[in-house]
Amino acid sequence: MASAWITVVVVTAFWGFVGIICPFFVPKSSEKGIIQTMLVLTAVCCYLFWLCTFLMQLNPLFGPELETSVLRAILWNWEGKDENFQ
Amino acid sequence: MGSLFRSEEMCKAQLFLQSEAAYACVSELGELGMVQFRDLNPDVNAFKRKFVNEVRRCDEMERKLRYLEKEVMKSQIPIVNTGENIPAPAPREMIDLESVFEKLESELREVNLNQEALKRNFQELTELKHILRKTQQFFDEAEQHHQQMHDADREDDSQNLLGDEGPRVGQPMRLGSTFLFFIVCGRFVAGVIERERLPAFEQMLWRVCRGNVFLRQADIETPLEDPSTGRDMLKNVFMLFFQGDQLKSKVKKICEGFRATLYPCPETQGGRREMALGVMTRIEDFQTVLSQTEDHRLKVLTAAAQKLTVWFIKVRKLKAIYHTLNLFNLDVTNKCLIAECWCPVANLEDIQIALRRGTERSGSTVPSILNKVHTNEVPPTYNKTNKFTSVFQAIVDSYGVSTYREVNPAPYAIITFPFLFSVMFGDLGHGALMAMFALWMIIKERSLTNTLGKNEMFAPIYGGRYIIFLMGLFSMYSGFIYNDIFSKSMNIFGSSWRVSSQPGVVTAAENGYTLALDPVYTFNSSDIYPFGLDPIWQVAENKLNFLNSFKMKLSVVIGISQMTFGVLLSFLNHSYFKSNLNIFCEFIPSMIFLLFIFGYLVFMIIAKWILFDASNSSVAPTLIITLIDMVMLQPMSSDPLYGEPQGIQQTIQMALVLIAVMCVPWMLFIKPFILKRRNDKKVARDRHVRKLGNGISDENAAIVDFDELRQESDTDPAVKHNNGHGPGHGHAKEEEEEFEFGEVFVHQAIHTIEFCLGCISHTASYLRLWALSLAHAELSEVLWTMLMGIGLSSEGYVGGAVIFATFAVWAVLTIGILLLMEGLSAFLHTLRLHWVEFQSKFFMGEGYAFLPFSFKLILEPKEE
Repeated sequence: MASAWITVVVVTAFWGFVGIICPFFVPKSSEKGIIQTMLVLTAVCCYLFWLCTFLMQLNPLFGPELETSVLRAILWNWEGKDENFQ
Repeated sequence: MGSLFRSEEMCKAQLFLQSEAAYACVSELGELGMVQFRDLNPDVNAFKRKFVNEVRRCDEMERKLRYLEKEVMKSQIPIVNTGENIPAPAPREMIDLESVFEKLESELREVNLNQEALKRNFQELTELKHILRKTQQFFDEAEQHHQQMHDADREDDSQNLLGDEGPRVGQPMRLGSTFLFFIVCGRFVAGVIERERLPAFEQMLWRVCRGNVFLRQADIETPLEDPSTGRDMLKNVFMLFFQGDQLKSKVKKICEGFRATLYPCPETQGGRREMALGVMTRIEDFQTVLSQTEDHRLKVLTAAAQKLTVWFIKVRKLKAIYHTLNLFNLDVTNKCLIAECWCPVANLEDIQIALRRGTERSGSTVPSILNKVHTNEVPPTYNKTNKFTSVFQAIVDSYGVSTYREVNPAPYAIITFPFLFSVMFGDLGHGALMAMFALWMIIKERSLTNTLGKNEMFAPIYGGRYIIFLMGLFSMYSGFIYNDIFSKSMNIFGSSWRVSSQPGVVTAAENGYTLALDPVYTFNSSDIYPFGLDPIWQVAENKLNFLNSFKMKLSVVIGISQMTFGVLLSFLNHSYFKSNLNIFCEFIPSMIFLLFIFGYLVFMIIAKWILFDASNSSVAPTLIITLIDMVMLQPMSSDPLYGEPQGIQQTIQMALVLIAVMCVPWMLFIKPFILKRRNDKKVARDRHVRKLGNGISDENAAIVDFDELRQESDTDPAVKHNNGHGPGHGHAKEEEEEFEFGEVFVHQAIHTIEFCLGCISHTASYLRLWALSLAHAELSEVLWTMLMGIGLSSEGYVGGAVIFATFAVWAVLTIGILLLMEGLSAFLHTLRLHWVEFQSKFFMGEGYAFLPFSFKLILEPKEE
């Protein structure tokens, strides 16, 4: 679980930075309010999107069904098994 | 709050302009474009206003300019447009302009007239030339036949001597000699007729003259130009032979009727030759004269084309100024014009400066005065936009112009619009293409404004370049989250599924059957795919099961978040308009209703994600059934989501639903009754005051009270009272005096029902996010497997050719269907989600737009 927490912290920090810290450093102009709103809303929308995706995959209730060729390709390509899948 | 969050604060102002300075001042205000003038004499007929004459003269000038423009276009001379800002001309310049246009127009008309006459003459000469040439053939033939006749000693009488031309009209006769006879006796006419009229002409001759007329005709090969229309026409030369004077007059009449032109044709050979020579020299003369006329005309038009745009701008500004001056009221002394206008409070300073400049320019010594006026009318809605925000404002405005000073949805739509779009259009590749296209438009902005921006088909796309750019960027983000790039996934962080840990994986791989991974063995919970969907799902057989569950829940979460945001914005509205009643009787109950039922659904969705995994998936609850049971107040038929001791969840849900249901009567009843009580109190208090004040009876007091509010002094008050809403008050604020409980109650009931039912139907409506994103992903996958899949799997040299072809088709379809059509459909659905689902929570949209008097707007070409 440790690595999951790191992910949560990193992504939250990133969007928190965009949505909470950045609005304070918008240069003063007539569009300041608009830019701040844009930053905050971007952060909220993107964070929500990511959060749902992440939580959804946290505890899968079922696993993927893999066809044989895909299975072989994954074993060979992603998990570095040889021809005998050892 | 900065700009755009609410419409600009407006004020009504009165302008006092000195008669001589009025023109210059209005011209300055037109350049500024910040003032909306009101018509101060709506009852005055348009023809009776003060500056009608000037407006009419401007119209006349515009007509002349349009004539010039038409001529310039006809001669295909480019019109010069420098695009510089031309100030409105001084009023005295109008006479100069008028005389210039007058001169130009008459000159041009004269030249055209001359040219036409010359062309007509020229045409006649050309026709005559053709006649002489063709008739010469006829005469030659006739002579020849005559000779043959003599030689053959009248043997073959009825022979068809004229070849395939044949005797069209009349009996077969001794043609040769008869012709000669006719020719010598002058019983023939020659002329030219349009080719398409010829058959009818022939038939008519035959019928009228009973076959006693003989017609010969020949085509003129080169088409002749019609001088009046300038079109090419095909014509024929004809020659008619007849007997007697009676027939001659008949023939001439028929020729006239068919618009055939007759030309004199000498009978003798010598005469014809002489005439032909004369015609040829005259044609040559005409040609030189014609080319000189054309040169002159072109010179005049080229000179006009140089200045045409400037003139157009000047005349239009002139006309706009006089038109505006017509809206003003004349002071009694005739020395001063009075205008009323709406203007943004923030720009009052600029307006003052413009007025001062105008006064100085006109040389007037008395300053123009701007006077703020207090009014009860609702001002127009004016949102200051720039080139970036104007698209979003336009999206909002096309649904409805926001009420004055209410929360403007546009600044929030800048982000939420592209975001919702991207949820439906999530693909890294498609998003990148879209963003790059928009970026190109933004970078090339300067040069494109005059090309793409003016093109009827591309103008909307060009106008929306910023929104397209944002949509592209957000689509890239959601493509990243969906892990979709042209329907393929990237394995950047390493899948969290360990396929090799699955028991029996080797046998499955060797023996070739589909294997379902068991999360208990293969899912590595310490290594969850950190950003986006795990790439393994892209290649899984049950990918759709997984995606459906994910995207459906995602759209519900996003939808309910956006609706909650909308209700929160309504709080901003209520607090801005200082309506505590609305906060307590509308905002709070609607928030409770939304959060206690639909917010709870979001809570359940997230809780289920966190609390249940593969080990306890057998006891995972079904959320939909749980929700239905909850609303129906039934005992739970699904497994509990939380709270091990049975009952806690049930109790909580029951409480939530009961409280939410309580909100319905809260929203429905309290506000109308409070309003009624307030009104009753007010009426009673007013009556009391009146009674003490002047001792009028109750009924009269009410009438007087009403009357005073209206601030109208004349007519019978009783009649007025019965009339209720007086017409013609425009945007005047209705006082609460005419409180009708029934109306208020019905209004509140509609609002309540709309909100409660809306929460349900709108939540369902947000499921379109799921449907469209699924459709998009599936379509792009189908496109890939059907085209690129085939291309990539074909081998050898042929494979190279196949992939070349399939890639071309794939690329075209990707852009045509996935980017353009799918993009458009996703855009429309996003539009709907914003207009209906989001804005209905807070947006009233009962305002009317601010239409400033601005030269920039007047000179812009109309959209229609």
